[in-house]
Amino acid sequence: MSGAFSTSNVQYLLKGLGVTVGVSIISIIISFIAGSVLGIILYEKVPYFTKTVRLIVNTIRNLPLLLIIFFTYFALPKLGVELNAFSATVFAMSVFEATMVAEIIRGGLLSVGIGQTEGALSTGMNKVQTLWYIILPQALKRSIPPLISQFISLVKDTSLATAIVLPELMFRSQVIYGQNPKYMVPMFITIAALYFVVNYSLSLLAKWFDKRLV
Amino acid sequence: MSKFKLKRIGLVASVILVLVIIGGIFFGINAQKQQLKGTDKLQTVKETHTMRWGVKCDTRLFGLIDPKTGESQGFDVDIARAVTAQIAKDQGTTIKPEFTPVTTNSKIQLLKNNQVDAVAASMTITPERAKVVDFTKSYFPAGQSILVKKGSPVTSIRDLNNPKYTVIGIMGTTALDTMKKFAPNAKVIAMPDNSQALSALESGQGDAITTDNAILYGLAQQSHDTQVVGKPFTNQPYGLAVNKGQASLRKAVDRALQETIDNGTYNRLIQKWFSNIPGLDWRELTK
Amino acid sequence: MIDIFTQNWQTILNGFWVTILSSVIGLVGSLLLGTIFALLELAPSRSLRIIGTAFVEFFRNIPLLVITMFFYVVVSSSFKIGGFWSGTIGLILYTSAFIAECLRGGIASVDAGQMEGARSNGLTYTQAMTHIVLPQGFRLAIPSLGNQFINLVKNSSILSFVAGFDLMYQANVISGANLDPFNTYIIVGILYLLITASVSWVVKRLENRIGKEVIR
Repeated sequence: MSGAFSTSNVQYLLKGLGVTVGVSIISIIISFIAGSVLGIILYEKVPYFTKTVRLIVNTIRNLPLLLIIFFTYFALPKLGVELNAFSATVFAMSVFEATMVAEIIRGGLLSVGIGQTEGALSTGMNKVQTLWYIILPQALKRSIPPLISQFISLVKDTSLATAIVLPELMFRSQVIYGQNPKYMVPMFITIAALYFVVNYSLSLLAKWFDKRLV
Repeated sequence: MSKFKLKRIGLVASVILVLVIIGGIFFGINAQKQQLKGTDKLQTVKETHTMRWGVKCDTRLFGLIDPKTGESQGFDVDIARAVTAQIAKDQGTTIKPEFTPVTTNSKIQLLKNNQVDAVAASMTITPERAKVVDFTKSYFPAGQSILVKKGSPVTSIRDLNNPKYTVIGIMGTTALDTMKKFAPNAKVIAMPDNSQALSALESGQGDAITTDNAILYGLAQQSHDTQVVGKPFTNQPYGLAVNKGQASLRKAVDRALQETIDNGTYNRLIQKWFSNIPGLDWRELTK
Repeated sequence: MIDIFTQNWQTILNGFWVTILSSVIGLVGSLLLGTIFALLELAPSRSLRIIGTAFVEFFRNIPLLVITMFFYVVVSSSFKIGGFWSGTIGLILYTSAFIAECLRGGIASVDAGQMEGARSNGLTYTQAMTHIVLPQGFRLAIPSLGNQFINLVKNSSILSFVAGFDLMYQANVISGANLDPFNTYIIVGILYLLITASVSWVVKRLENRIGKEVIR
């Protein structure tokens, strides 16, 4: 079979879906862990330290992700950090999304509230125990729906790595329609559908959590 | 924990954080400088048994990704393979070529950043570029030409010297600067890559694409609706490039390239890639 | 670092201007379109709701780059739109889906009694919606709308993919030429921060002012 959906083209494209999903999963795990730590620092208001971290987090949050990707791939090697397109994408996405996650976790912690902290402290738990056993689990639970929305953005944003020639879904569709302009429309429909299926399932998951938590 | 103690911890932690960031940057810059000064790339290539080449991924005939293999294929890639094999032979060892896709805009940056050892990416030898990278002798006699839609009234570069025409160039190439000399009155726009330039031409966003003739032949082969018109109006030979200061690697590549030409491999590759291009006699390209 | 700016200030400022222009057009366009789709999502007619929801879900779940490239390589072959407009239209469509969601949230948190009261006073659904409910929904949605505007400015860097001559595109051109991506991207980053920081400042002020009005 030839044309836009020849066997080799389909296989090539599906491998791209694998790269997209792979980059997404690794970045989600790293940014969730790093973002949670940052979120706790932002919430805890350690003198000076929280302000310093807030400055860094706000700076990164307010930059275009594309800029961070370019910076990681082209500028960080000047500091001796050698990265290929895949690790550069994972690094840039993890740093950027961690700051987003931090803000969500901080919001979750705030919403659980001071009342709970006081109650727990009065039972004789220390501050760290209170945070770890009482506040954080509830805050994480409340943060699940906004976190999932953020991770949907993350999946979509992996397409930006096309700019540094990461062979993910978007890039591969361009390679295929580069063979023949007639393949353009079928390719756009296909990748839109693939992204939609992945992200819409995630958003249904978010809605399900939303209902269960209320 | 007293408030005072917490304050002190916070202050110390912030100072450490800031120092780590600033120190990291300075340390990194210095380490990178030292490393670039100290290493002999040819030695590294021999030791790691791999040579990392930057090749194009969007350029028909020179470096275009084939979905079957997921790797770039074309004249550049084959030359890089042949040269790598020849270097291995000369040095009496085995070397595997490794290919990193580059764009027109990123190829020099990746070379300078040490993300690739050498570049075979249809790169014109210019005095400007020669200041930052070291070129081998030319491996392909490219020259700038123009591609138009079939039936276009434009038949040569001179016709384009008119404000009613828009000429499409590709970001990071030298073609648009040259273009301005030959047709100063034409409007120009720059596209990020060749395929987008071609769609811009097909969709009528511009009246002609100008870049190296060989790339235009690739585009003409891809789209039956376009043709290259007029003879090339510049002489812009392609060269292989290594980072500045890597004299031994450059010599090794140069020597291997000459040997590839001498043993007929070069001509075989020219025939393989350029024998069925309409309007191009591949024998003119042989060495 | 300063010499990068002094040597390329014209290019950089051109890019800066294009980024602002695209963001402003994107803002106006996506506010209009977003409002329309929020209203459709909340419309009494089932078929209108389906249309609104389908639109919002579609554009929220596919990457901005896919939308932009579609306009750039497919739509541009029938309609003569260049990189700037492909990118800006992509921005409008993509952002409007998010704005619709913010507005829907804002409108939903307006007390349902307001609509009922207005209707019982003889206003039609459209009148009640546009005069009573929507303005309040807007106010309630301002914090989340502000976030979308900041995202819009950041997302305008998508223009660099389609030769839109925005700040990001010029940054790539400059760093490709001077081979100093480190300092070039830092300078451009500072310019982006300048825009996003001003947007969040304006949004904060708006929030405070409206917060006061609500209390009064």
